[in-house]
Amino acid sequence: MADIDVTLASWKLVEVGRLVLIRRGPFAGKLAAIVEIVDHRRVLVDGPSGEEKKIVPRHVLPLAHATLTPFIIPQLPRAAGTGPVKKLWAKNEIDGKWAKSNFAQKTDRAERRKNLTDFERFKVLRLRKQARYEVQKSYAKVRAAAAKS
Amino acid sequence: MSDAQTKQFGKGQRTVPHPAQKAQKWYPVDDESQPKKVRKTLRPAKLRESLQPGTILILLAGRFRGKRVILLKHLDQGVLLVTGPFKINGVPLRRVNARYVIATSKRVDVSGVDQKALEKTAAPEYFTKEKSKEKKSEEAFFKQGEKPEKKKVASARASDQKVIDQSILGSIKKEEFLSSYLATTFSLRNGDKPHEMKW
Repeated sequence: MADIDVTLASWKLVEVGRLVLIRRGPFAGKLAAIVEIVDHRRVLVDGPSGEEKKIVPRHVLPLAHATLTPFIIPQLPRAAGTGPVKKLWAKNEIDGKWAKSNFAQKTDRAERRKNLTDFERFKVLRLRKQARYEVQKSYAKVRAAAAKS
Repeated sequence: MSDAQTKQFGKGQRTVPHPAQKAQKWYPVDDESQPKKVRKTLRPAKLRESLQPGTILILLAGRFRGKRVILLKHLDQGVLLVTGPFKINGVPLRRVNARYVIATSKRVDVSGVDQKALEKTAAPEYFTKEKSKEKKSEEAFFKQGEKPEKKKVASARASDQKVIDQSILGSIKKEEFLSSYLATTFSLRNGDKPHEMKW
């Protein structure tokens, strides 16, 4: 028999310390950590972010309103208070990690684009066109070189 | 003759009005309509705060709809005086209705515009059409289609345009993309929601 590679599935689990993105309700779009699991549908979350605007107060959140992220605060004690969560949050640089994530960058950009004025929209249009032109040019060079050889 | 008569009826006394003043025996068949009181007043037009001189506007109606133009001055009754500038997008000095315009947040410096020329163009009779001297004769009617005379732009208009646009063109040149921005027309694309967009 052939060797079979068995790799462990890397599920994102609902666990204490898991960071969730809140998708609905008054804190939609903000990040919070699971502090305690209430039952199979609800968790207690707390989001003591370093930035004033991104703070999520400690509350019970239905899991249906959350998306699990790949980030975890490791070794977060069960039912830890806001103080310790805040300390670990800062120590693990959660804000920075999240800001670097693809999702956060995309939503940031969408938000920024939405608030552009007419002239700024026009400038984005033009600059994207210029960038595209440069990319196409270099591709054309590569293609021409490939055709020769 | 319109004095009333006083008559004695037994003990009582009664004044009888003159026959001309007697109440009418019959009412008219048709009701006479009362004109309504007019409750409107003439108020000076109050324009949006975003419409300051120098603001770039997007025209929404008329021959130049979609064009981005520069606001020069407010005229009476909510009318705006705008210019393309003509050299950039072909919009001449023109009056537009403030209602059919989107004000963007972009402003251009118009402080350098020749005030004398601006006063002249802002006068109410500046844009009125001159009456043609030649009356349309019957002969002209039959000659129709043979050689339609081309409309000529008055040279005075053209020179006024140049004088006013001159300093504006200078300030436009200073900012990158601004000239091409004014040259392109605005249009909605897929997924654009104008009520949610910022200008």
